[in-house]
Amino acid sequence: MTSEFFPNQSNMNFDPASLKKNPSSPRTLFGLFMSGVAGLFTLMAVVPLFIILTYLLQKGISSLRWQVFTELPPPPLVPGGGFGNAILGTVIMVGIGALISVPIGVMAAIYLSEFSEGKLADWIRFATNVLSGVPSIIIGVFAYSTIVLNTKTYSAWAGGFALAILMLPIIVRTTDEALKLVPQEVRQASIGVGANNYQTVLQVVLPAAIPAIITGVTLAVARAAGETAPLLFTALFTQYWPSWDNNLAEPTASLAVLVYNFAIVPFKNQQELAWAAAFILVVLVLLTSIISRIATSKRTY
Amino acid sequence: MTSDYETKIKSRSGIERGLETGFYWSAKILAFAIAAILIWITIQVAREAFPAMREFGLGFLTSSSWNPVESNYGIVPAIYGTLVSSFIALLISVPIGLGVAIFLSEDYLPPTIQRIIVFLVELLAAVPSVVYGLWGIFVLIPFLKNISPLTGPGMLPAALILSVMILPTIAAISRDAIINVPGGLRQAAVGLGATRWEAILQIVLPAASSGIIGGIMLALGRALGETMAVTMLIGNANKVDFSVFAPSNTVSSLLANQFAEASGLQVAALMYAALILFAITLAVNVLAQLLVTRIQKI
Repeated sequence: MTSEFFPNQSNMNFDPASLKKNPSSPRTLFGLFMSGVAGLFTLMAVVPLFIILTYLLQKGISSLRWQVFTELPPPPLVPGGGFGNAILGTVIMVGIGALISVPIGVMAAIYLSEFSEGKLADWIRFATNVLSGVPSIIIGVFAYSTIVLNTKTYSAWAGGFALAILMLPIIVRTTDEALKLVPQEVRQASIGVGANNYQTVLQVVLPAAIPAIITGVTLAVARAAGETAPLLFTALFTQYWPSWDNNLAEPTASLAVLVYNFAIVPFKNQQELAWAAAFILVVLVLLTSIISRIATSKRTY
Repeated sequence: MTSDYETKIKSRSGIERGLETGFYWSAKILAFAIAAILIWITIQVAREAFPAMREFGLGFLTSSSWNPVESNYGIVPAIYGTLVSSFIALLISVPIGLGVAIFLSEDYLPPTIQRIIVFLVELLAAVPSVVYGLWGIFVLIPFLKNISPLTGPGMLPAALILSVMILPTIAAISRDAIINVPGGLRQAAVGLGATRWEAILQIVLPAASSGIIGGIMLALGRALGETMAVTMLIGNANKVDFSVFAPSNTVSSLLANQFAEASGLQVAALMYAALILFAITLAVNVLAQLLVTRIQKI
């Protein structure tokens, strides 16, 4: 029987030992070498993160005092001072950004995941992805030409508007993903007991997806808080507190622009504040990233 | 019996039906608003750039002077700096990013540790670009001055920081593409006697190539448009210098430096530059998206 399939078996020059892995063959060595290279590259990719974090910790914590949260930026060479106005400015502008982008983004995602029909939704998802790739400086230029040129003043509104456009794609994408994770049966059950589409979406689907949507929004907020380029010529910067008398229609300070302005000056006291502000920004981003990672690992369904 | 049901089940009230259509249409309109914003940005920037386009035409793309006093503008040095800095960044981060993607998609590490490293690499993308710039000014540039002919801000530190910033994009998307390669392909290769790396290099990577190239192009788009870190590190010298140790300029750093103080034709010229940058990144991004969405369909 066997000889039918393996004729002349005894005559074949086959050495079973050649099936064993040969530790010194070029193929094995090449594999080992490549594995080593890949491992080394992975190490090299993670190292910058730790170097940057160590420096931030060192320089940031040493320049953090209570005054930095409450006082105004100091002039050059005058010790003390802080960036309370920049923190408030960042909060205001990110808040404006969130107020504009969250409703639009969530509704757009609801359309994409609940109501859309095929091709059209693909196109809008495509546009969302392309929008998220638009350089942030271009969005700044756009906000400048639509808002600053028309209102004839730099303002927190222009800054918030620019941040809203930056946050929009992140919110649409995360909400879209979150809604897709809600099982179809839940929708069918809701329709089955007589609910309308909007009742199903608002009372059944959205509540189930809320944790993931909130993490998406927090991520977008953290990203926006660190964005500098769109604020450079929309909100500009100021040494003073945001003023409500002017309806925020005046230059507004922000943490990110403060880091930029104080990093490129030769004055020690301002550089230290730049490190402190950078530290706060990075802590904000790291915390939101880690929290969102934990939150999205829990699902309602 | 039937009549009983008929009286109990009422048709929906007008208000309810109104809410229903209202909800549907507001969702639809807001979804279209996203596409509309993209078009709005294009039109707005083009309109503001129009005076400069009329004044300089295509000569803007070939002239290398940037002289607000004589109202003479050209964008050659900025385009050169943008392309070269992005190219050097890709040169560094493509091999490293691919290495990371392969290392973290194979079974070298236990899944928990793998996930942690993936997360750490993603965090690199979350650090604000102005923080990279700050770090570059106070740590990277002094360090490079010690070991190279660099004398201050220049192309090299800017490109190095860029490579760190785009690494997560390349690593994450390539890893997705590699993981999405059907397991049967690899098993077949191994079954025919291929070693791990023969399977990776000859089977898995070619199968994942469209996703990997898409990831690289997305990273390129990010590098081309990256503003703050580059502005802080490149030295902002508006001239073409072929040395990587010399200061240079990019389109986005030109915008970041001059926009707030510009007026008249200079604003238009800057808008023209912005339009060119927008067009380049848009083209790169659209291509990248097309390639990346293809992996999801394998």
